Amino acid sequence: MTSDPNSTPSSDIRIDLLLIADLIEPGSRVLDVGCGDGSLLHHLAQAKKADGRGIELSQAGVNACVAHGLSVVQGDADTDLVNYPTAAFDYVVLSQTLQQVRHPRDVLCELLRIGRRVVISIPNFGHWKVRWKLALTGRMPVTEALNRQWYDTPNSHFCTIKDFVILCADLGIQIERQNSTDMQGRRMPIVGAGSLANLFSEQGVFLLSRPADHSSTAPGAG
Amino acid sequence: MDSTQRHDEAVSGPEAPAGQTALLGVETPLTLDCGVELGPFTVAYETYGKLNEDRSNVILACHALTGDQFVTGTNPISGKPGWWPLMIGPGQPFDTDRYFVVCANVLGGCMGTTGPKSIDPKTGKPYGLSFPVITIKDMVRAQAMLLDYLGIQKIFCVSGGSMGGMQALQWTVTYSDRVHSAIPMGSAAHHTAQNIALHEVGRQAIMGDPDWHGGDYLSHNTIPRAGLSVARMAAHISYLSEAAMHRKFGRQLQDRDTISYGFGADFQVESYLRHQGTIFVERFDANSYLYLTRAMDYFDLISEFQGVLGDAFKHSPTRFCIISFTGDWLFPTSVNRTIVHALNAAAANVSFVEVESDKGHDAFLLDEPEMFETIRGFLKGAAEHWSGDTP
Repeated sequence: MTSDPNSTPSSDIRIDLLLIADLIEPGSRVLDVGCGDGSLLHHLAQAKKADGRGIELSQAGVNACVAHGLSVVQGDADTDLVNYPTAAFDYVVLSQTLQQVRHPRDVLCELLRIGRRVVISIPNFGHWKVRWKLALTGRMPVTEALNRQWYDTPNSHFCTIKDFVILCADLGIQIERQNSTDMQGRRMPIVGAGSLANLFSEQGVFLLSRPADHSSTAPGAG
Repeated sequence: MDSTQRHDEAVSGPEAPAGQTALLGVETPLTLDCGVELGPFTVAYETYGKLNEDRSNVILACHALTGDQFVTGTNPISGKPGWWPLMIGPGQPFDTDRYFVVCANVLGGCMGTTGPKSIDPKTGKPYGLSFPVITIKDMVRAQAMLLDYLGIQKIFCVSGGSMGGMQALQWTVTYSDRVHSAIPMGSAAHHTAQNIALHEVGRQAIMGDPDWHGGDYLSHNTIPRAGLSVARMAAHISYLSEAAMHRKFGRQLQDRDTISYGFGADFQVESYLRHQGTIFVERFDANSYLYLTRAMDYFDLISEFQGVLGDAFKHSPTRFCIISFTGDWLFPTSVNRTIVHALNAAAANVSFVEVESDKGHDAFLLDEPEMFETIRGFLKGAAEHWSGDTP
């Protein structure tokens, strides 16, 4: 890891991270799960005066973050979220990672236990290009958005936007806001939140919360 | 405040060590964990850099088992470099052009701070085994008294590796409101059975040496050379990794072309260890070795908080940076991660970096650029959040 400690990681922040940052109130306590090189945390600290913490699986990412003065620990969303106390953060962010964890449903429940609100983005396996390729070629789709072969993709649990919305309903999770975007995070306002979103958006970005009366404990693993 | 005006008030005569000393616990003795009241006692310490106007630039360095107060520059006793020159000095991560670095020889040590080889004022003879058993918390209490004496209320950062890391952790628990940030490296919240076992081998080697005389060797004008040397050899193995040892020595022979069919130092690694043992005896007190290894064995932050380590860090205002090393099998990443999990459970502000290094436990003393970069960044972040106020 040879990044320049004087450079700032947010200088070229991705559009999808800006979209996530837009959903976060200023002055919040934020946990970014899978925070990468810390771009979002850095942006939130600068632009929103947020008290940010991060978890990152890759050692290079963690070291880059800490070398930039960010509070980040090396850890795994599947195993390490259990250590955090309930309602410790105003927001927990999980960007493009849910499909990579071993137990997405458990992780989702943990996120909503730790944070009062959760901002989550998922790639949409229901996008028309994906459907088209699978139907036409009979092979696992490789698109610009999902550009890895089945044997070397880190994504082990694909879902569609519709699948995710149904899971939220099953778990009693409230979707406060839903944005459809392309993979670069550019908003696609026309497609809305229904079946059109599931067909035309490459990525779904959700602001979730759990109704106050709902139990915050995760159901048993299925 | 110019701290250099205050030194050398306490100790004079044949015991006077090089460097600065403070006589502490004169009016109110230090009540040790074992119940004994110790005082007055001497703390030998060094400072590097200049304390700034608002006293906001203090770094407390805590030394490891056989370290001392001479962290950088030339050690006036040995004439050799200090033990942490890559970390502390002008332009180094703990930059003495910017920070005021304090390091004290621990209680029970043998480099000028009161310990088992010091003269017991009651008997006029060295304490030996009549010296009370010291804990890591006792060491930290003594350091806090030293900082009081120096007029320092709040520490910008406390750091150390191994036993030094234990002290840093204890600082954040016992004096959380005095510690802005902490960097424990290659450390643990308690000693494992394996750690204790290794220490016990060393202690038995010392106590089994007839020259030890039940700890009273100074009265017999002797020192348990063989025992202390073996203790050091065994410990030294635990500070290196298998990879580092293999790289350095392999199976290479020492000053010979073929094995001797005897028990001389055929192998380079044997010769190296014997040398390490021999030079250690010249600089370290055997009874001190017993006391300090015991302090590490007794260290247990987890049981201090009834089995819930997270409770140790509840409402902690301290910013933590936990550092472990991949090649450290003595205080492996897993035990460092236990501290991280506890800090997470307390919603404390924590960073955790595992540095890729195959150099073993001693990596924190060595040239590890990733570690330096981490610490520079962490200190930068800590400086942005400095508040001199104490709750």
